[in-house]
Amino acid sequence: MVSIDIETEDGQREILRRMLTIRAFDTKAGELFADGELPGFVHLYIGEEAVGVGAISALEEQDYITSTHRGHGHCIAKGLDTYKMMAELYGKRDGYCNGKGGSMHIADVDAGMLGANGIVGAGPPLATGAALTAQYKGEDKVALAFFGDGAVAQGQVHEGINLAATWDLPAVFVVENNHFGEATAMEDQHNVEHLSATAEAYDIPGFTVDGMDVTAVYEAVKEARERAANGEGPTFIEADTYRYEGHFEGDHQPYRTEEDIDLWKDRDAIETFKNRLVEAGAVTQDEFEEMRDEIEAEIEDHAERAKAADYPDPSEAYEDMFNANVPEINDFAARMRADGGER
Amino acid sequence: MSTDTASGEGFSDTETMTVREAIRQALREELERDEDVYVMGEDVGTFGGVLGVTGDLVEQFGETRVRDTPISEAGFTGAAVGAAATGTRPVVEIMFSDFMGVCSEQILNQMAKNRYMFGGKTEMPVTIRTTEGGGMGAASQHSGTIHTWFAHLPGIMAVAPGTAHAAKGLTKSAIRSDDPVIIFENKQIYENEGEVPVSEEYTIPLGTASVEREGDDVTVVATQRMVGESLDLAEELAGETSVEVIDLMSLYPMDTDTLLKSVEKTGRLVVADESPLSYGTHAEVVARVQEEGFFSLDAPIQRVGVADTHIPFSPALEEEILPHAEDVRAAIDRVV
Ligand SMILES: Cc1ncc(C[n+]2csc(CCOP(=O)(O)OP(=O)(O)O)c2C)c(N)n1
Repeated sequence: MVSIDIETEDGQREILRRMLTIRAFDTKAGELFADGELPGFVHLYIGEEAVGVGAISALEEQDYITSTHRGHGHCIAKGLDTYKMMAELYGKRDGYCNGKGGSMHIADVDAGMLGANGIVGAGPPLATGAALTAQYKGEDKVALAFFGDGAVAQGQVHEGINLAATWDLPAVFVVENNHFGEATAMEDQHNVEHLSATAEAYDIPGFTVDGMDVTAVYEAVKEARERAANGEGPTFIEADTYRYEGHFEGDHQPYRTEEDIDLWKDRDAIETFKNRLVEAGAVTQDEFEEMRDEIEAEIEDHAERAKAADYPDPSEAYEDMFNANVPEINDFAARMRADGGER
Repeated sequence: MSTDTASGEGFSDTETMTVREAIRQALREELERDEDVYVMGEDVGTFGGVLGVTGDLVEQFGETRVRDTPISEAGFTGAAVGAAATGTRPVVEIMFSDFMGVCSEQILNQMAKNRYMFGGKTEMPVTIRTTEGGGMGAASQHSGTIHTWFAHLPGIMAVAPGTAHAAKGLTKSAIRSDDPVIIFENKQIYENEGEVPVSEEYTIPLGTASVEREGDDVTVVATQRMVGESLDLAEELAGETSVEVIDLMSLYPMDTDTLLKSVEKTGRLVVADESPLSYGTHAEVVARVQEEGFFSLDAPIQRVGVADTHIPFSPALEEEILPHAEDVRAAIDRVV
């Protein structure tokens, strides 16, 4: 998807649409998981929509992102297909990874989405590598890494940033500070008040922005992208945000209260942005509700279709290991199976 | 899988060179052949690599293509994975394989798994070159022989050349491969000389072993330094015992056919590899041969390697730990 001009009404509506799509998708995913429909874990992005959408809307279509275990929002903001995402959550063949990745590994390298990631902190070095490709080939591409406040305590995050800073790579590092790493508060994991202080050590620009304000995130990333594309190196952005749901579905959340959550919900990013647009006359309340209903119906339909879709054939478990043909995989598989692997 | 190219036959133009020069020639040729290929690692540029493998490459190709990195194995290995997924072909040097502990996350969970987890929709043309082995008095943290760990890991190809021609052919194939390949170079053999095809077309298919010397009484399947030592031993024993020496070369995939064919002829097998014996490379060779070639065997299979210890510092102790030709000879004596 092409970068979105937040100055135009079309752009504003598209930003609203993507935030609503994330909310609807993850709400549905949460329900399905609670109903025992989905295998594995799901980590919901509800509450953090302004960060993913604000940041990615400021990028160009050809740009790369790396993501986290909480990646659905990044995928949707990057323009990925919600049916194929749902199918992946179900472990169906129609999914982005043919059912081999699941919620934590959705990827579409052709679309510049280099993968959600089950390893906290693994994304930044990968983004540094994508930025290296762009610099090496002289392409107008930027790589943006999303990672959580918890991930900032991981060594490889700093190695990735240091390398990108040293080589002036076209990278942008965006910390989604949702105030918790699983059940441990940000204050108990870091000794600084603002994670953007990290930037100082690498002599790159660092900002903390309001991650509940899609416009603020957009503007910060727009500037960072420009700097990156001009050969001026990476920027470190901390977006102050909050997750409304538990770390994973079923988390009993002893680490916070309903009141804490409500304080943030009062500043809900979708509500705030919508109200701003209504005031400016860019959309009406009715149009907004219509858009939301339409999106919810579409997600509902995608979930139903995904549920009805086919599982991969068991034999596909042995595929996709290598580009090259490696006969031992099939040989071993065939010998282990009573039917000799024939189907 | 043919072993013709594996031994360099069919390429008449050869030159004598060291393993180090052979690897450098492979890097040079691939850097020349493909603009997407570049080399990175600690001190690989002007310094030429701490063990001198990259040498003067930076002079010819410049700092963009032969790039010094900060001392951050996780950072640059991870960057190589991201770079490979987006259309370049990085060749990473990890100074000593022991340091792969530091970047194992990127190898284990990203490089090895991305293609599979993404449903086959991305390629991963990363080559990692690293050094292994004792013999330099470098003590435990610079002498490990850890290739078994990575050969064991699904999603990675692992090679370990024993000769100069293998070093060149495997390095070129690794760089051309769209799959991740780790090359384990034994630092004790960098100075070993051998005949190497100088043709740019010369490559060794990944997953082939090379029969370096034919024999009838016993097969020695060796890797890295043990290949040369076994060849010398075979020469010494000639007339007394006829020893067939195979350079395994490719740890994964493994050329089981060549091993089975040899054992069918000799009926006896010794596996010599400089890694700890338990759960090792040896075990994989033994398992494959007995699964399919059990009835060819006339004697129990023998293993030669490192006892399950670390490599000590003192020359007196290190010498005790490392496997040598006399250990292979003792193993042969037990079965012939
Ligand atoms: C290397 C690693 N350690 C631990 C975990 C388990 N884990 C999954 S998510 C998570 C919390 C991450 O917190 P943060 O980076 O702030 O992201 P958030 O969940 O808040 O989006 C942890 C500890 C993991 N997946 N990977």
